[in-house]
Amino acid sequence: MNAKHSTLIGKLSLLVVAMFAFGYALVPLYDVFCEITGINGKTASEPVSAEAAIVDTSREITIEFIARPNQQMPWIFKPEVRRMRVHPGEIHVMNYLAENPTGQAIVGQAVPSVSPGQAALFFHKIECFCFTQQYLAGGNDMLMPLQFYVDPALPSQFSTITLSYTLYDVTSQWQPGQQNDSAKEFGE
Amino acid sequence: MSTVTTADHHDAHHDHKPTGIKRWLFTTNHKDIGSLYLLFALAMFFLGGAMAMVIRLELFQPGMQFVEPQFFNQMTTMHGLIMVFGAVMPAFTGLANWMIPMMIGAPDMALPRMNNWSFWILPFAFLILIISMFLPGGGPDFGWTFYAPLSTTYSNDSTALFVFAIHIMGISSIMGAINVIVTIVNMRAPGMTWMKLPLFVWTWLITAFLLIMVMPVLAGLVTMVLTDKYFATSFFDAAGGGDPVLFQHIFWFFGHPEVYIMILPAFGIISAIVPTFARKKLFGYASMVYATASIAILSFLVWAHHMFTTGMPVYATLFFMYTTMLIAVPTGVKVFNWVATMWRGAMTFEVPMMFALAFIVLFTIGGLSGVMLAIAPVDFQYHDTYFVVAHFHYVLVSGAVFSLVAAAYYWLPKWTGHMYDEKLGQLHFWCSVISVNLLFFPMHFVGLAGMPRRIPDYALQFADFNAFISVGGFLFGLSQLIFVWVLVKCIRGGEKAPAKPWEGAEGLEWEVPSPAPYHTFDTPPQVK
Repeated sequence: MNAKHSTLIGKLSLLVVAMFAFGYALVPLYDVFCEITGINGKTASEPVSAEAAIVDTSREITIEFIARPNQQMPWIFKPEVRRMRVHPGEIHVMNYLAENPTGQAIVGQAVPSVSPGQAALFFHKIECFCFTQQYLAGGNDMLMPLQFYVDPALPSQFSTITLSYTLYDVTSQWQPGQQNDSAKEFGE
Repeated sequence: MSTVTTADHHDAHHDHKPTGIKRWLFTTNHKDIGSLYLLFALAMFFLGGAMAMVIRLELFQPGMQFVEPQFFNQMTTMHGLIMVFGAVMPAFTGLANWMIPMMIGAPDMALPRMNNWSFWILPFAFLILIISMFLPGGGPDFGWTFYAPLSTTYSNDSTALFVFAIHIMGISSIMGAINVIVTIVNMRAPGMTWMKLPLFVWTWLITAFLLIMVMPVLAGLVTMVLTDKYFATSFFDAAGGGDPVLFQHIFWFFGHPEVYIMILPAFGIISAIVPTFARKKLFGYASMVYATASIAILSFLVWAHHMFTTGMPVYATLFFMYTTMLIAVPTGVKVFNWVATMWRGAMTFEVPMMFALAFIVLFTIGGLSGVMLAIAPVDFQYHDTYFVVAHFHYVLVSGAVFSLVAAAYYWLPKWTGHMYDEKLGQLHFWCSVISVNLLFFPMHFVGLAGMPRRIPDYALQFADFNAFISVGGFLFGLSQLIFVWVLVKCIRGGEKAPAKPWEGAEGLEWEVPSPAPYHTFDTPPQVK
């Protein structure tokens, strides 16, 4: 094979490898893109510090809460109230009720989604049960707290924010004793 | 003069090739490999077509008559996969193998051994895919787009076979593409400058780059599906921090350039046939080259128009809507150039020209429904209906497939040394062009009325249209048997074809005798 061919084949093969890598790179790129722009309705996976923000009493935002166990998840999972009205900047606590009606212990992981997606950047969680995996023995129930505030910088076109949680059964991925570490991994 | 005689002797020596099956298994000759690709594609076309017949049989009447819904889903999935990866893509690769070296005055493809490999792994890929249908639980049934979680959480173990089959097809395509690029870049005859290249060569060069850019992404995507399914990687599983919408983004990043992979070489074929039978030079050669390149570049910026209903923000929707509509501009340039080539030309209407003319008209109809689909607000209505099915069948069947049939008729005399039967060819054309419209045109109407795609049953009000569509489908399927008849007849004999059977044809491939000798252009021609 002549040298002219070899050089060109080398370059083209490099392009093939680079494009294969690019396919995988799209995964973190997608997450970063969504996090920066907030267009996917994903909220931050880590708590924000509870700095006292200035409360904007001039307007009220309606927060709607949706909670739903995934099809394979046998827990009963619902918010204490369906909606509340808050001033931007005010810190609120919302409890979710979880009940494990089965005989076995099950570990759950809640995955949040905010709608409209662009509002996700302005919905801050100080503490959330969704940051960690939740262990619940068979037949037990518990209250899972969420502490949040709405950023006063929320653009004025948003008057309602819907926060939805889907709860997944992640018992197979549960590592006892490493709850916090693993929770970070699954925090999204 | 002694050099000439040794060269001749050398030629004769080369013509001693193994006989029987060994000739085809071990061949490194571009013409042999081209024929293998074309015959394989024809076989796959009939296999995929048979599956389409099952689909149309079930949809002939409302209610479930012949097959189970799960089998119906396997049919839609396999029909798509086989037609895209088994029929259209290998057929274009076959044409590239046969024609590109002869068009640029090269003795063979640059990498003949790799060429052999890239063909011979293909039948095994499809064997794996087809075997998966006979395993317990059946074959892939998640649509050719294999959206997660259908292909991850809800699929059966045949998915692993599907993934490996796609891997092998991808490797085959990538090797073929590298071969095409190296051949065109390094092996052009002296004087064959870039702007003298026949458009079929240009369009294939650009297609090969598209293949190299997107097939690895597809390979990565099926690997992610595999690891999500068997190794809990959660790329597309929300419970593990992934996102199913990400699947669609990666798939269509591959998928949209893929549709141009299936149409750009078709543009090259039409750009060869129309000037021949209009007996005029192609109008706007340079603009054709630039239009092809523009389409290829734009194809990387439009993928999310397949995903308008996933809930994108308005500005992203607008971006993808405008870039998509922008593609209509270079495509319009091409259609304009073909029409301008025919303007005041001395036209005759042999079978290749008839198929090329049908291509121009019907592809444009498919292009127009594409522009309709690009309008985001109306796409919310059209999404996942038969309107989409009508659109992509107009561009792929009466577009890509018609161009392939036109190419076959156009170059058959060169391949076989015989003229095909013109009467039978015309019969094939008229049967095809009438039935293809009976088949796909009413799909626009049922789609606009809301009939969803990929569902084995439908509401009663769609019954008449669907019966009509099915009859069109059966007729189109039967019409293709005429094509096989023409092919067999032409391969076995017929009127002797001269080196240049078409009066207006131009290009190096017409300077070698018909049938083209086993080795052509061992001494490169001088292109003026």
